[in-house]
Amino acid sequence: MDIILQPWPWYVGGPLIAISLLLYFYFGQNFGASKNFETLCTIAGAGKVSDYFKKDWKERDFALLFVIGLIIGGFISAVYLIPNQDIDLNSTTVQELIDLGFSNVGRQYFPDEIFGEEVFFSLKGFLILLISGLFIGFGTRYAGGCTSGHAITGLSSLQLPSLLAVIGFFIGGIIATWFIIPMLF
Amino acid sequence: MKNIKFLILGIFFAIVLSKTQAISWYRFYEMFKFQSFHMFGVIGGAVLISMIFMQLFKYGKIKDINGNRIEPEQKKKGFIRTLVGGTFFGLGWGISGACAAPIFIILGFKLIPALILFFGTLLGAFIYGLLSKKLPN
Repeated sequence: MDIILQPWPWYVGGPLIAISLLLYFYFGQNFGASKNFETLCTIAGAGKVSDYFKKDWKERDFALLFVIGLIIGGFISAVYLIPNQDIDLNSTTVQELIDLGFSNVGRQYFPDEIFGEEVFFSLKGFLILLISGLFIGFGTRYAGGCTSGHAITGLSSLQLPSLLAVIGFFIGGIIATWFIIPMLF
Repeated sequence: MKNIKFLILGIFFAIVLSKTQAISWYRFYEMFKFQSFHMFGVIGGAVLISMIFMQLFKYGKIKDINGNRIEPEQKKKGFIRTLVGGTFFGLGWGISGACAAPIFIILGFKLIPALILFFGTLLGAFIYGLLSKKLPN
């Protein structure tokens, strides 16, 4: 039980993610996550507004089950499998975030400054999450994939568009963490 | 219910990402600041091992459940599409610490904040759909 309740190191995570990809392909489908947001738009009736969403979502019922599994797996992990959310962060990272005004740095997976109760009461907190989401939804669909589809599936199958996309991920991620986060906090 | 296996795989994948902290805001912050090896190890390790699987798929050593050859979809080509789209995604990922699959997983941890993120992402995908024909490739 101890091994399950401890944080898993990177050399356990990497192979298990690869095995997830292997099973996804073995079950006959292409591994990825972000296309589901498109499918959910179709289900919500976006086809009435744009032809882009006029697709038969039932062809992607397997992916919706995968998504439901992700949500269930998240609940199981949160409730039963992670008794302690401490993260062993680099002391430079911790100090940087304290200097930006973050509290309880690394004592939980999600900082209160972004995922705390504040988001109910402050427009800023609400907009940070909403606009981040907007960028994720727009960006992944424009680029044609996310971390699963491009970084893992695309890079491992040696596809050039995925290399460009991953370079883009890092350009955006670096701008966000080096410049935007310090401006926001 | 032949697709129930995808539900189980989703649960498994969510547990793997949760337990390796690959859904934590802090882990992605330190990754983009190059202050830790952890996420590079997780993603890099996954890519390296997947490369071996891809070779086994390519040479037909591993076939799918129906005995068909496994061929990963070819990604859409386009310099602007991938680089600009990727940068937008990176911005959202860097600020919120969430990429696509973790948004669903985080619903189990921080329901309301994750729902806001989720609706934002849905809206983003919708906006892309509306503009898709007008955007440069």
